[in-house]
Amino acid sequence: MSEAFLYTVEVFLNGLMAGVLYALVALGFVLIYKASGIFNFAQGVMALFAAMTLVGFQNGQVPFAHLINATFGLHVTTFGWNLHSTVAVFLTVLVMIALAWAVQRFVFRHLVGQEPIILFMATIGLAYFLEGVADLMWGSEIKTLDLCWAVGACLPQGGNLWIEQATEGLGGEGFYGFFIDSLDIVAALVAMVLVAALVAFAQYTKQGRAMRAVADDHQAALSVGVSLNFIWILVWSLAGFVALVAGIMWGAKSGVQFSLSLIALKALPVLMLGGFTSIPGAIVGGLIIGVGEKLFEFLIGAPFLGGATENWFAYMLALVFLVFRPQGLFGEKIIERV
Amino acid sequence: MLDQSEGYTTADGRKIGPVVMEMKNITLRFGGVEAIKDISFDIREGEIRAIIGPNGAGKSSMLNVISGFYVPQEGQVFYQGQPRPPMKPYQVARQGIARTFQNIALFEGMTVLDNVMTGRLTHMKTGLFWQSMWKGRAETEETVNREVAEKIIDFLEIQAIRKTPVARLPYGLKKRVELARALAAEPSLLLLDEPMAGMNVEEKEDMSRFILDVNDEFGTTIALIEHDMGVVMDLSDRVVVMDYGKKIGDGTPDEVRGNQDVIDAYLGVAHD
Repeated sequence: MSEAFLYTVEVFLNGLMAGVLYALVALGFVLIYKASGIFNFAQGVMALFAAMTLVGFQNGQVPFAHLINATFGLHVTTFGWNLHSTVAVFLTVLVMIALAWAVQRFVFRHLVGQEPIILFMATIGLAYFLEGVADLMWGSEIKTLDLCWAVGACLPQGGNLWIEQATEGLGGEGFYGFFIDSLDIVAALVAMVLVAALVAFAQYTKQGRAMRAVADDHQAALSVGVSLNFIWILVWSLAGFVALVAGIMWGAKSGVQFSLSLIALKALPVLMLGGFTSIPGAIVGGLIIGVGEKLFEFLIGAPFLGGATENWFAYMLALVFLVFRPQGLFGEKIIERV
Repeated sequence: MLDQSEGYTTADGRKIGPVVMEMKNITLRFGGVEAIKDISFDIREGEIRAIIGPNGAGKSSMLNVISGFYVPQEGQVFYQGQPRPPMKPYQVARQGIARTFQNIALFEGMTVLDNVMTGRLTHMKTGLFWQSMWKGRAETEETVNREVAEKIIDFLEIQAIRKTPVARLPYGLKKRVELARALAAEPSLLLLDEPMAGMNVEEKEDMSRFILDVNDEFGTTIALIEHDMGVVMDLSDRVVVMDYGKKIGDGTPDEVRGNQDVIDAYLGVAHD
């Protein structure tokens, strides 16, 4: 096989892996949008907040340390313990559920029945508020995120040796096998399990059925005894959990820092491609964007356009989709009856 | 307190039980508009109770008061002998009051079976944990409730479309699926908001038959709103007549038919 072809395959595979990470973020958007019609601009910040909280718990950081020190003239920074990853993840999930409750109780409960644009504005406010709280709570320095369940069983870093060795023989002299980040493989597996679990939950459980009911028709859902409030808290909790998973993967990849909240912007073209209301759509959209931008950069961008096409390719693709298929690949068809 | 003991026997020999629901001096306003003005009536166990009246008489508003979608400014609702505090619609549903809507409110994206299963939600008690495990209690519960749902589907003769997404069904069938969903809750009071609106004669006859069968088979108490006078008179045991938010008649179909106010309201007469 020619070397150029093998490199293209490698770029393609890496594109798939990047796409999975986009899809993880987009998934959180879809969950909330489906159930409540709210486009949650704060999803990216939620991922950041979740990752920071997780690291904070792991390192035994005192929340609001700066605030406490400034107010009482103390110098506390840590509790002096390191929590096990499992405990830290569990505690973070509890925090995300509490956040879901608070968002519903203090923001959206008062905005029921408002225009979508008003709900959207509220989520922008929420994004800034949450970013501020995250800063105040855990500080603004960049942190590393390592999840370890036992000695040697951590989130992997670096290229996957096994794949490299297994594929070494495909090319000639200068080919050293496919380079694929092990973390990306873990992320892909986790994403698959997560999506399967979410779809099964929505399809086969009583709460899932209620969730779909609320997504379809509020009045009818009320008439069969579904509490909208409960479902919305449940959905925001699930979105918080998805944000945590996305935060872990992105945080382990590029460090827990405030630019993490910007990954939400990459989710936008994914949603336009996949449709705002489809869970499989979020996955397929993410993969198409991931593969598309990597291949475009490799085949056209770098050789002919001077490179750096990854920054805008996704948005251009989304624009093309908006013109020809505004509901996305899997979105609900927009039919206006006269 | 209300008298719980008395009942009556209908012309066709059905025993009607004590009062299930009583509306006492209900007044409902939207801003300056009085949609319902000081109306009282009751619904007895096992009867088919109709609320009729011309357009804009406040019939649907009354149904929305019973099902908790509107909270009246004045008056008191008694349910099973107890005064009912103001409630959210989902709490009312959990008390055993099911309803259908005038403009069909089904879950369009779900299949017929799934729609009917949502009607069983009030009967499913296992929490998030067991449901997520999908084994043990959750599984047993699902089986039991699925059987009830299938029974209702059989009863309303919609087996053939069990797995069809509701969005694809014609209007008449959608109405029937909505009835099935409400019925799946095994309600102690079933509210039907214009079950025959927009139907042709054949569909109307089918729906009438189902309403009578439901009442007969399950002993379900039914309160319904209907425009079509002929249908109402055939179906119902007692009729409340509303006009401009006021009650102008209450009694058996024959009594109501002879009521001068009712005739005026329907035929139209100059108000002075």
